[in-house]
Amino acid sequence: MLYRTAGQFKTSYAEDHALFPVRQDAMLLGVILLFAFVILPLTASAFTFQALLIPVLIYALAALGLNILTGYAGQLSLGTGAFMGVGAYACYKLITIFPELNIFLAIALSGFFSAGTGVLFGLPSLRIKGFYLAIATLAAQFFLVWLFQKWGWLYNYSSSGAIQVPNIEMFGVTVTGPRASDLVQYYFVLVVVCLVTWLAINITRGRIGRMWKAVRDMDIAAELVGINLMRAKLTAFFVSSYIVGVSGALFVFMWRGAAEANLFDISLSFRVLFIAIIGGLGSILGNYLGAFLIVALPVVIGAVPAAFGIPISSSTVEHLNVMTIGALIIAFLILEPHGLARLWAIIREKLVLWPFPH
Amino acid sequence: MDILNTIFVQPFADMAAAPDFLLQVIWEGLVGGVLYALIALGFVLIYKSSRIFNFAQGIMVVFAALTLVGLYEMGIPALLAVPLTLAVMFALAVVVERVVLRPLVNQPDIILFMATIGITLFLVGLGETIFGGENKVMITAELGIPTGSIMLEPFGGFVSIEERDLTAVVGAGVLVASLLVFLNRTKIGRAIRALGDDHQAALSIGISLSTIWVIVWFIAGIIALVTGIAWGARAGVSFALEVIAYKALPVLMLGGLESVTGAIVGGLAIGVLEKLFEVYWGQPLLGGNTEAWFAYVLALIVLLFRPQGLFGERIIERV
Repeated sequence: MLYRTAGQFKTSYAEDHALFPVRQDAMLLGVILLFAFVILPLTASAFTFQALLIPVLIYALAALGLNILTGYAGQLSLGTGAFMGVGAYACYKLITIFPELNIFLAIALSGFFSAGTGVLFGLPSLRIKGFYLAIATLAAQFFLVWLFQKWGWLYNYSSSGAIQVPNIEMFGVTVTGPRASDLVQYYFVLVVVCLVTWLAINITRGRIGRMWKAVRDMDIAAELVGINLMRAKLTAFFVSSYIVGVSGALFVFMWRGAAEANLFDISLSFRVLFIAIIGGLGSILGNYLGAFLIVALPVVIGAVPAAFGIPISSSTVEHLNVMTIGALIIAFLILEPHGLARLWAIIREKLVLWPFPH
Repeated sequence: MDILNTIFVQPFADMAAAPDFLLQVIWEGLVGGVLYALIALGFVLIYKSSRIFNFAQGIMVVFAALTLVGLYEMGIPALLAVPLTLAVMFALAVVVERVVLRPLVNQPDIILFMATIGITLFLVGLGETIFGGENKVMITAELGIPTGSIMLEPFGGFVSIEERDLTAVVGAGVLVASLLVFLNRTKIGRAIRALGDDHQAALSIGISLSTIWVIVWFIAGIIALVTGIAWGARAGVSFALEVIAYKALPVLMLGGLESVTGAIVGGLAIGVLEKLFEVYWGQPLLGGNTEAWFAYVLALIVLLFRPQGLFGERIIERV
């Protein structure tokens, strides 16, 4: 009933190709955006912003970047954490070298540095496939994290080896650093995430996106029908690493406030990969669902024992957390290998027909 | 000119000047390489028989070692703790096959790969919850492993060889030899290889997929225990070992995912080369700690020329 598509006629190809051919999808998105932009900021506490809303958005953005590479172009990457690091360090260098640079612009530019690095480490993908490529991207992961530690210029030779985000103003409002308010940072992240998502949706459903999907499904066949494999794979690495780099810059500037090399280690790569896979490879929506699950769940698990008054030390909670996430990943893979996005697609299908079975 | 000198001339001059030190470095690398090879061997066995890229192999090493030490700390004699740990590894193999692998048969490779990462996280959490997260000392002496060291005097210098390292190398050699005999000479070994060649053909002549999977994961568990004891004796037992276990991945790339020989040769080569690079190039020129990435970069370069690794099966693609 809610999702009845009967009576929505399309009379031109343009209408059929519209972003939302079904009216209810657009309305649903409108409601979600209303929540994100108006209702949540009015009601959320500082803890909710810091522990839930901002990290969910940033992780979802990183997963979106990875999903373009792995889900759309079929190139498995385990180096996401390091590419986030490249974005973060590039942004830090940009704002320390050009202090008057607009922070929005700095973050947008820093993506290009990680995109360049991504293309460089994506070159082997022209020769190597599958798991061999996955391990090859680990070379990027370990090499770059080592570089973040050893190359003093990157963190301005600070004695701690960490980068510290300064207070930066944009149009008279402090957006980063210790003095920035959660609300401003939330809006900043939200706007960036919405922009990038809109771009990603349009890239993936356009000519480039179809090229990627053809390469993912079978690269030799794609080559035979005239797709330039090198261009397809390298553009995927470029776009993916760009988004990942932007999310890395946001990660440090809008959320953590400080970072050292170890923050971008392999466990960050895996967390992003989990989000992409549990959300659903080859889907945009899935990244948000997956990020919500992976980021929100530990917060919830951490709160449960306290709520029941069970005395558990924080280290035990941490251990149980790791264990539960492992079990959940397995459970989700068994229940729905195509991810949460597929689950939503099934529900939507049912809603369209409801209350009839066929 | 100066830079070229420090890169291409000085290290070799250093090597020639102190051959005993060079031998010591090579020995250290070799011992590390044996352990990389063992971890890689566990990967190869599971990959050969089921096409599953078992990311959990590294963590199984830590888990086995942790169980052994944990059982000993609970008051069980060391020599009884070993069979008990093996029983735990067998139970783990059965549970993994039942709960994880069986429902995921026929899924794409990446899903199975993710499932093994799920197993990894689960084992890390389980191990830390039961045995605690702090570093433990491997019960080397209690297991009857000698702990002294032998001094050799080649080229008029000194090379010191730890007896526990020697034991590890010999033990690994015996393990690999018996594994090769098992794979090539026994019925189960043939069944494992048949399954690796063609799943459907193997099933159709009556080889049980689930039994073989349990056996293979159990063998991987045994290898993990041996590796865990050897490594724990050097570095203590904690989940920090996990990082070292990632080293087995470039070994696999270098040797090829399907090749037992490749795992051994690749492991030894990477162990020795990364030590040499660290001592003669990394520390003087790059600020040290190059062992974190050297193996990966080396494997990457090799793969650019041989995409299937040094010993892997040739990749034939059909459309």
